[in-house]
Order: sequence, then structure tokens, then C-alpha cells
Amino acid sequence: MGLYFAKFSAFGSFAPAKILTNQDLEKIVDTSDEWIRSRTGMVERRIASKEEAASDLAYQAALNAIEASDVKYKEIDLIVVATISGDHPFPSTACLLQHKLGLKGIPAFDVSAGCTGFIYACEVARQFVENGTARNVLVVGVEILTKITNWTDRNTCVLFGDAAGAAVISRAEPTDISRIIDIKLDADGSMGDYLIQMAGGSRLPASHETVDANQHTVYMEGNRIFKSAVKSMYASSDELLKRNNLTSADVDWVIPHQANLRIIEALADKMKVPINKVIINIQKYGNTSSATVPLATDEAIRSKKIRRGDILLLTSFGAGLTWGSVLARY
Amino acid sequence: MDIEAKVKQIVMDKLGVEEAQVVPAANFIEDLRADSLDTVELVMAFEDEFGLTIPDEDQDKLRTVGQAIDYLKEKLG
Repeated sequence: MGLYFAKFSAFGSFAPAKILTNQDLEKIVDTSDEWIRSRTGMVERRIASKEEAASDLAYQAALNAIEASDVKYKEIDLIVVATISGDHPFPSTACLLQHKLGLKGIPAFDVSAGCTGFIYACEVARQFVENGTARNVLVVGVEILTKITNWTDRNTCVLFGDAAGAAVISRAEPTDISRIIDIKLDADGSMGDYLIQMAGGSRLPASHETVDANQHTVYMEGNRIFKSAVKSMYASSDELLKRNNLTSADVDWVIPHQANLRIIEALADKMKVPINKVIINIQKYGNTSSATVPLATDEAIRSKKIRRGDILLLTSFGAGLTWGSVLARY
Repeated sequence: MDIEAKVKQIVMDKLGVEEAQVVPAANFIEDLRADSLDTVELVMAFEDEFGLTIPDEDQDKLRTVGQAIDYLKEKLG
């Protein structure tokens, strides 16, 4: 337990304008609208333009979140960006975002935890706020996976979209009802090969061969991941609720990672949460990795589904493997 | 309810097929029109119903109704 409590001050999000529908994908690979809908629940997704990079999306989402909060730009004292598709291998996308926001003089760094990145970044932010080191942390989950997608693999290329979601995590005043109650993070590195971008690092540096073999793109064994995704998000959510003496009936909204509608349905079923208490926008955006949870949360806040004081359970799962959950009173 | 009846019930519920189709030789994918995710969901339903863990490497052995019943009988027996 820290000296202070942390809270979500506000959320923001941004998605590129260009829409890619299932019908559009039928023209690119051997697939069908029916196949994609029945296996994933996806109908369309957003695609970044040639000129748009992760920091551009992150910047728009960050502005959106800061404007929705009571926090002034100059009161932000830390930036944490969760991404696996940043502008460059280095410098970090967080530093590029810091520059775009004109916030010179505050620390900024990236967190790499695949689709669980936003949850991991929230825990980093919470720790900084609870121990008093930071007062207002800008947390962003941003991904442009369509630029590292294998467009010849019909099993994976239909799944991904581009977006950014952001949150301002601030010190909670004693009178605030808003509060991050608890967070649980997990990882299992033994299953890393199931979801991986093989080349471009020190294990397999970029070469003509790695490019020809499509090894700079996302490789995923979806069927193997499916079961782990459901079980791990359930286990982490269940433990988080139990250790805070709550049950799933106390939760107003579950905001799960939007990787596959059938994973979401299986999770809701296992948690015994009615599906109308689960925030779902996968049909519009596909899997935007670390952006799904803040994007879905932001949409639900702006559409007035989620209200101040609601109990939220954010849960995600991704490459690493990693998984984790956030329990918060918004 | 015995293992066989429970397995048949799960297959009927998950795949939306009639009892008459759920014969031991019925292959989940070829005969009962399961997709690749259905087979994973079936395994998860077996795990929940019978309170056991079916490792990934065993999952490939459960291709037909009969194979699933035999596998579960052996594990639970």
C-alpha cells in the first residue's frame, strides 16, 4: 500500500479515418465476411495511412484524454506508452510523444507487454502515483499492427486494426470516489513462441532473407492462444475480485481485451457476467492490441454507459505471454 | 449422468447438433461442422464439466465423439 491512492482522471482515444471492411479483405486474401464474423465477431477495422505512425495516433488520443480531464498539460509529470509497434525500435514512442506534447523535462518510456501493455502501463503509473513520485501520469496504449501484418496469412491478417487509447492516472484526493482499487499482472514466458514477431531484434536481425520470409510480421497460433486467453483473463479477474472481497456481481462493467468475440463470450460465461455488462466494440475496430481496453473504455464513457462511481474490471491478455487486470471505481 | 451422456450433451449444446448425429464415429470438424475454435471450446467445456486439464498435446487426439469419451473415461477412471 502506498502513501496515496491513484485514480483514472479521464480517458481518450483516436483511430485513423480509413476503414477496412471484411468485404475489402475478401479482395486481398482468400476469406469471406461470414468466415471472419463467425470466428472473430469483426466487421471492420481502422487502418493507418502511409504517413501515420504510432506517435501520431498516441498524440491525438493523449490530447483527447487530457482535454477530458481536469489536469493541465504542464501538470503531467510522467508519460508511459504501451506499444509493440512504435515509430522506431528506438527511441521510445513515449519520448516522441513527449516532444509532440511539448512536455520537455518529464520522464517518458515505453512498456512492452503485447496486448496487455495498457494494463501493465496502468500498474506502472499507479505505483508512481501511490508512492508520491508522480501526480499525473499520461498512459497510452497505441498500436499500428497493420504495418507489421502478414498480408499473405489469411488466419491473422483479418484480425488487426490500428488505434490509440489513453488515460490520465492521477493522485486521488481523500474526497474522491474514483480510485484504482487493485491491479494484478502475470506472465508466462514459456509460451512466447505462440505469438511473436520473429525478426528485427538481436536474435534474428533484419536481412533480405528475414524480409522475404515475412519474419518481420505478426506470427500467431490463434487456436493455442484462445484457451490460454480465456483461462488467464478469468484467473486474474477472479483473484483480483476475491482478494478485494468482491464478486463479479459487484462489477458494473467488464472491459476485456478485444481480440475475438468468442474469447469475450467465453470469458463472460466463465465469470458469470451477463454479456450486456461487457463492453464490446470489436466489430468496429478489430484487435488493436494494447489500444483495445482504453479505446473501449473511452467509447463507453463518452456514450454515458460508464459513469463516475461505476466499478470497472479491465482485463487483457497478449504476447509474452502476459495477462493482467485492473479493478477500479471510475 | 455418466461420462458418455455428459459428453454428448456438451457436444449437442456447443455445436448445435441433434442427438442422432452424436455417434462415436462422428468427427467434430468433418461430420459435425465444428470450426477450429469450436474444437477448442469443446475441450474447455470438457475441462469445466469434468474438472480436469486437457494439455494442448492431447487436444489433437480428441477428433471424434468416441475419442473424447474414451479419453475422458481413461483420465477419470
